[in-house]
This record gives sequence, structure tokens and C-alpha cells, in this order.
Amino acid sequence: MVGIASYGAYIPWHRMERGLLAKAWGGFAIPGEKAVASYDEDSLTMAVEAARDCLSGLDSQPVDGLFFASTTSPYKEKQCSAIVAMPLDLRRDIRTADITTSLRSGTTAMALALDSIKAGTANSFLVTAADSRLGAPGGMLEQSLGDGAASVLLSNKDVIARVSASYSISDELAGNWRAYGDTFVRSWDDRMVLDESYSKVLPEAISGLMKKCGLKAKDFAKVVFDPPTDLRRHARVAAELGFATSQVQDPVNLFMNVGITGSAMALMMLVSALEEAKPGDRIMFAGYGNGADAFVLEVTDDIERLGKRRGIKGCLDTKRMLDNYQTYLRWRDIVPMEEARRPEKRHLSLSAIWRERRVILGLWGIKCRRCGTPQYDYGAMSTTPIRVCAVCQAQDDFDDYNFSGKKGTIFSYTQDNLAPVADPPATVVMIDFEDGGRSFFDLADRDPAEVKVGMGVEMTFRKMHFDRGLSNYFWKARPVR
Amino acid sequence: MPGSIKDRVAIVGMGCTKFGELWEKGPSDLIVEAVNEAYADAGVEAKDIQAVWVGTQFHYGGRSVSEPLRLQYKPVTRVENACASGTEAVRGAAYAVAAGIYDVCLAVGFEKLKDEAMSGLPGMQNLTGTYFASTMPGCFAIMATRYFDRYGLSPEEGKTMLARISVKSHHNGSLNPKAHLRREITVEQVLNAPIIAWPLGLFDCCGVSDGAAAAVITRADMARKFRPDPVYIKALQICTSPTSGRITTEFDYTHVEEAYRAGVAAYAEAGVKNPRKEISMAEVHDCFSITEALTMEDLQFSARGRVKEDIEAGVFKLDGELPVQPDGGLKCFGHPIGASGIRMIYEMYLQLQGKADKRQIKNPKLGLTHNMGNEPYAPTVSIAIVGL
Repeated sequence: MVGIASYGAYIPWHRMERGLLAKAWGGFAIPGEKAVASYDEDSLTMAVEAARDCLSGLDSQPVDGLFFASTTSPYKEKQCSAIVAMPLDLRRDIRTADITTSLRSGTTAMALALDSIKAGTANSFLVTAADSRLGAPGGMLEQSLGDGAASVLLSNKDVIARVSASYSISDELAGNWRAYGDTFVRSWDDRMVLDESYSKVLPEAISGLMKKCGLKAKDFAKVVFDPPTDLRRHARVAAELGFATSQVQDPVNLFMNVGITGSAMALMMLVSALEEAKPGDRIMFAGYGNGADAFVLEVTDDIERLGKRRGIKGCLDTKRMLDNYQTYLRWRDIVPMEEARRPEKRHLSLSAIWRERRVILGLWGIKCRRCGTPQYDYGAMSTTPIRVCAVCQAQDDFDDYNFSGKKGTIFSYTQDNLAPVADPPATVVMIDFEDGGRSFFDLADRDPAEVKVGMGVEMTFRKMHFDRGLSNYFWKARPVR
Repeated sequence: MPGSIKDRVAIVGMGCTKFGELWEKGPSDLIVEAVNEAYADAGVEAKDIQAVWVGTQFHYGGRSVSEPLRLQYKPVTRVENACASGTEAVRGAAYAVAAGIYDVCLAVGFEKLKDEAMSGLPGMQNLTGTYFASTMPGCFAIMATRYFDRYGLSPEEGKTMLARISVKSHHNGSLNPKAHLRREITVEQVLNAPIIAWPLGLFDCCGVSDGAAAAVITRADMARKFRPDPVYIKALQICTSPTSGRITTEFDYTHVEEAYRAGVAAYAEAGVKNPRKEISMAEVHDCFSITEALTMEDLQFSARGRVKEDIEAGVFKLDGELPVQPDGGLKCFGHPIGASGIRMIYEMYLQLQGKADKRQIKNPKLGLTHNMGNEPYAPTVSIAIVGL
């Protein structure tokens, strides 16, 4: 049986009222709020967080492949899934690829991963999709787009939802696009796009798949598919396909709290549906963008055995509202800021980063075999790799020890106004990990007023800085979310 | 058993520039000025100097002093131990003399920081870009957070304790014509100043300055040929961190172990049994107010967790039981990295010779300097004790 074995999601902690955007530029305010990736988040880090959620409680070693899907990959040339594999601790002998540029790259990645499993080249395949698309200031897309990620683990065993059939349509229309050099999404007249593409292509894929399987709308517990920015059109398409309102996975919750999340949107809606699904439910699932991919899912008894994950619900439960538009402009690098009178950042050394890739990207430290002390060192000056135990001075007598899943407590901290950061003050914490080991980290996703000694923290994968086209990824602590 | 430096070498001449934002002066101005003063004070000329040690963090090589002074083919060694580089130059010169290799050596420390057009100091980055965002004030602020938490001080109580340290140093600095910052301040001003790195505010941080200082060092048995009141080195100790406190949970972060250990070793070397009673005065590395507070405990001037009482009792004021930072300290004299360790000894030297003018401490016997390099979880601490 081939299908989905696990799921996970990620929604940034920061949200912004759409009304703030309308207030800044005038015009109509779309109701609700949008999720805003922090200054240290991008599609790659959000994809990692969703995939970590997906793999929580599971062993990552059996995973045979990884697809990273996004239209906002940090690189035009350089594979991102090779980076994503490191914090997830995936094996080296796996197939990795980035599925990019299409708004349905999330569902396309899922289709390709399923084919891989059916073909026998993989037993399990991880797909993680994320987007952080920008609408130009003052436009409706600036309000309607949001940031988020979702991940599914496809497998041929322990399946919570069998994928019994799939069907794809290819369709050419430049409804939305970004060329090289474009920062903001461009789009054609949305009335034409809705009439001639969205309202025709999705029904073509969904009805085509139902015909292929000999199923009718009434045979499904749920239908889950991408909404356009005008949600009314989503409902109309569902109705025209013969689905009752009660069968439709309503996009309104995600739209009102997160926004349209590009290549992650359909998968995020699917995660929402799976959070409510019961054994025996049949789900029609489709992603849209220059055509469509449709799947028939059959939920199995195993869904009740899948451990609790943060998912969409857990992510929506915690948030902090941005109370100003300037912060958003700064975080998305839309306005140039005055440079601080502080030392310029050094250029990154790729040889040093490559040498320490497990330490930096995987948060791997050591545990001394003699004294049992776990130790992590991010490489201050001349201290990596760890060759001598800091406690008993044993040399090279260590086991590998991973800190990424460890919780910790704040041992001490400062709120640094001198440090040049995009979200001042720089909250720097010294944390003690729950089973031993201590390190300094930046504290992400915090309210400075709430930080105190003894506060519980967990680790999160973030972007540290950007140097000559290179995004530099590492871990930060954040208050337990 | 290691040997002892006690009474084997003497300082017979010293010089120190005014510290500050010396926009009109270049590095060679600073070096020539400090060295000329030291030469004149010792009654020597360049040709009498047999070897030179220079402490600087940001200027490379022995040429950093041989060029501006046009030293004629002398042995010159540049040493660097971050903010403790100045004391390192004195150590190099003192040990070479004590070893019997040279009779007359020069130690120089200098830094020209203000050409960098930045707040604070350069540095604090690694090649992998994984360094947390915090600055030097942030690294030391973490000690204050910890200290307040451990000893149950509210932020107000803790910040007031620290404010008194800066108020005292500003008073001393106001009496010192060579100091960078010469204005008296009040506790209220300190508490109301902008926060740099919580809980440290503007007045908890030392000045970033240009400056140079120099010392002429000779064999003890020759010292009186140069002057009637040479100052003898009683102890020179240095302790460098294994930097374990950054990665293991054993370290309390409310003290600097290296300062404690260097202090214990220096007291043993100098024969000091009761530091609080026997040390007449001290210049310590008050890069931040919290550093001075913890250093009082590390040097055994105050009991652990009790420095607040001594600060409130005025123990460390100029007219107190154990005056600390009589010249204004790093806080007000300023902190041109490589110069600071020698500047501290310069003040002890002046005080011992009775030349400290309005800052003169009555009849001092032993002066201690405490010079600290790098972050408080990874420091090198150099301690010198000098006396007549």
C-alpha cells in the first residue's frame, strides 16, 4: 500500500493584520491576517520546520528521498534539498531534488515521490513545500499572500492515507509569474485567469480523476484543493463539481490566519484535513498552477496511531501580532536601512562551513565516553571540531550527540541594542540543554519583555545572514512554542 | 616549582599619552609621545634600550613600533592577548630582564581605535557565520543578569549597585587630565541612560579610545642608578581560560575563575596574605561596571555575593579603605586595547612615587593591576603587583 505515512506543517509565529497594509497605502482592507516569516526565516527554513514536524516521533534513517518544493527557493543555482537533509539527519544515499517555479510544485513533488515508491526505487520519500512570496507594496497580493510550509512523508508501509490514484493536467497560461530579477509577483487580469484557467483546469483534473476511478462526488468525505485569492471562486468550483458545502475543506481558516502560501497551500489544507480525518474517509486532493495534480486518498486505521504533531492547529495556536508595517518592510528587505556603525560582517568561508556541516546544519555535538558530558560547540574561534573534552580532557573518545531535538532553559541572557539586527534588541541567551551541554544562541520568536532566566526553549532552524548570494543557515533557540 | 619575579626587575621610567578620541593624532604620534615620556622619566635614550615588547591587538608585527620610532635594528616582539596585551608586553620585557638576557628593555602598548568609525570594538565573528548577534557589552551583560538572579537583586537594586561603580570612576576621571572622560555623573544619570545591552546602560560601558603607554624595565640591582624611587614588580601572573564555561553547565557565570586563580597566584608570589588589608590600591579591568563588581570578589577584596555592601560603604572610593580605579579606570581614562595594561601600571607607579596630584592616595605600599582579555567565558587575566 502506497500513501502518506505522516504529515507536518509550519506557520511563522508572526502575523500581521491586513488592515495595517491598507492603512499604509490606502484602499480596501481584506479581512483577516497574514503569516509573516521572521527576518531569519525563508522558504528553506520553513520547509525544514514543517519536515521536522512531519518526522517527529519517527526515525529519519529509513527515508530514501527528499523533495523541497517552492517558488521562492533562496537559490537559482544550488540545490536546497541537500541543505534541508542536514537538519533532518537524512542518510547520504538518498535522492534529493528541488521542485521549483510552479505554484503546484508541492503536489507535483508528491506525485513524483509516489511514482518513485511505486517504481520500487524508494520505500519512503519526504516532501516538504514552503513559500514566502511577495506582493508589491500597495497591491492586493501584498495582503492576500502569506508564508507557511507543509510536509508529507510518502511510504509503502505504515500508511495513514493510501493514495489510490492520481491524475494531472498541464495547461499554459501566465496567470502569475516572476522572472529572474523580479522581487514581486506579477499577474494577469484575475477575472480572465479565474474564468479560463482556475475554474476550468481544476474541475478538469478532479472530474478526470473521478472518471478514471469510477467515483462520484458523493463518494468523498472531503475535497481539498487550492483556493485562488478570491475564495468565492473556490466554493463555486466545488459546487459545480457536485460537492456539498459539508464536503469541502474550507480554505477560509487558512486564508484568514495565514494567507495564500503558494506551493505549500494545497498541502497545508491537506494537513488540516488529515488532522480531522477518520479511518475510512476518502479524500479528493488537488493542487493548482499551470495545470493541476489530483489524488484520491483513502484514510486508514493507522491515522489513529500517528503521534500528535504541531501541525496547522498547533501553529495557529501561538502567534505574535506585528503592530507596524515598517517591521515587515525591513524583514522582507523591501526598504534599504542605514547601516549600523559596527564591524562589517566577515565573508563566509565555505570550506569551514563544509568541514563543520554536521555541527552547523545538523546541530551535532559530542558526548564524552569517559565523563558522559554532552558538549556542543558552534565554532567560536579555534574550538571546532571538539578534540578534547571540556570537563575531563579525554581526547577523541566521544560519541556523536544531537542537540536539535533537545529542549533547554535560559541560564542567562542579554537584550543587546548595540548589535545590528533586523529585529532589535538582539536577544542572546546562554542555554542549558535538558540532558547536559550549554551554548550561546540567538533567541528567535520572542517578546523581549517576556524573556527571563529559567524560561524553557527549543531549537529552530534559521537563516543567520546573507553574504555574496549565500544564505547562511544555523540554529537558534526560541521560547517553547 | 616555578620561579618568582618578585623584586627581580624594576620599572624606572613610564609614559602615557592622554587617552581619548584623538582625531588629530596618528599611531606614531601616540607611540613617540608615550615612549619619549618614559625615556625622559628614566633618563635613557633609544640607544640604551636593548629589546622591545609591544602589545597591540590590531597593529601587526614588531614594525608597529620600530617604524614610528625608527629603532635601529633592535629585537622587537609584538605580543597580543586581546585586551590584556599591554600587560603581556610588560611580562615579556620583565621576564627577559629577569632571565639575565637584557639589562634595559622597553614595553609599549598602544591602539588607534577611533579611525574605525564604529561604536565599540571590531571583532566577534567567526568564519562560519554562526556567532550569535551579541556584542562585547552583551557578553558581559550576561554576567550581570546571572549575578542579579543568583543573589536575588531586583533589576533596580542591581543596576544601582553598578551605577555607584561608574559614579566613583567618573569622579576619579574628573581629577585626571589625561583621562578620556572627565565629567562627574550621578546615579540618576546612570540609571536613566540608554540601555546598550540589558542590563548594562551607556554609563556601564568604558570609553573606546586612542592612546599609548610605555615602561622602561631594568634589573632590580641597577634600578637606583636610574632614579631614587624605582617601582619593583612583586608579582606577574597570567591565567588563560580553557573556555569550558561556554559549553558545560558547571560554570556559574557570576565570577571569573581565571581572575580568581591569577589573583591567588599573584598574592602567593608577592607574599600577600590578606589582599583586602595589604593591597593599597588597584586598577582593574572595568571594561563594564559588572566586570569591576565581580573582580572585587574574584580578587578577594569582597566576599562572594557581598560586593554591593562594600560599594555602598565606599570602600573602593579614592578616600576609601581600598581605592580602585584612582585614575578613572577603563571607564573614564579610556580603553585603547593594547595600552590599557601599561596604563594601569602607570597609575600605580605615579601613586607609589607620590606624583598622582589630586588623586594621590595616602602612603600606598602595594598596587595591583588586573588586565582581562576576551569574553568573560574565555578570558586571559593578567595580574601585576607593584611596590616600592
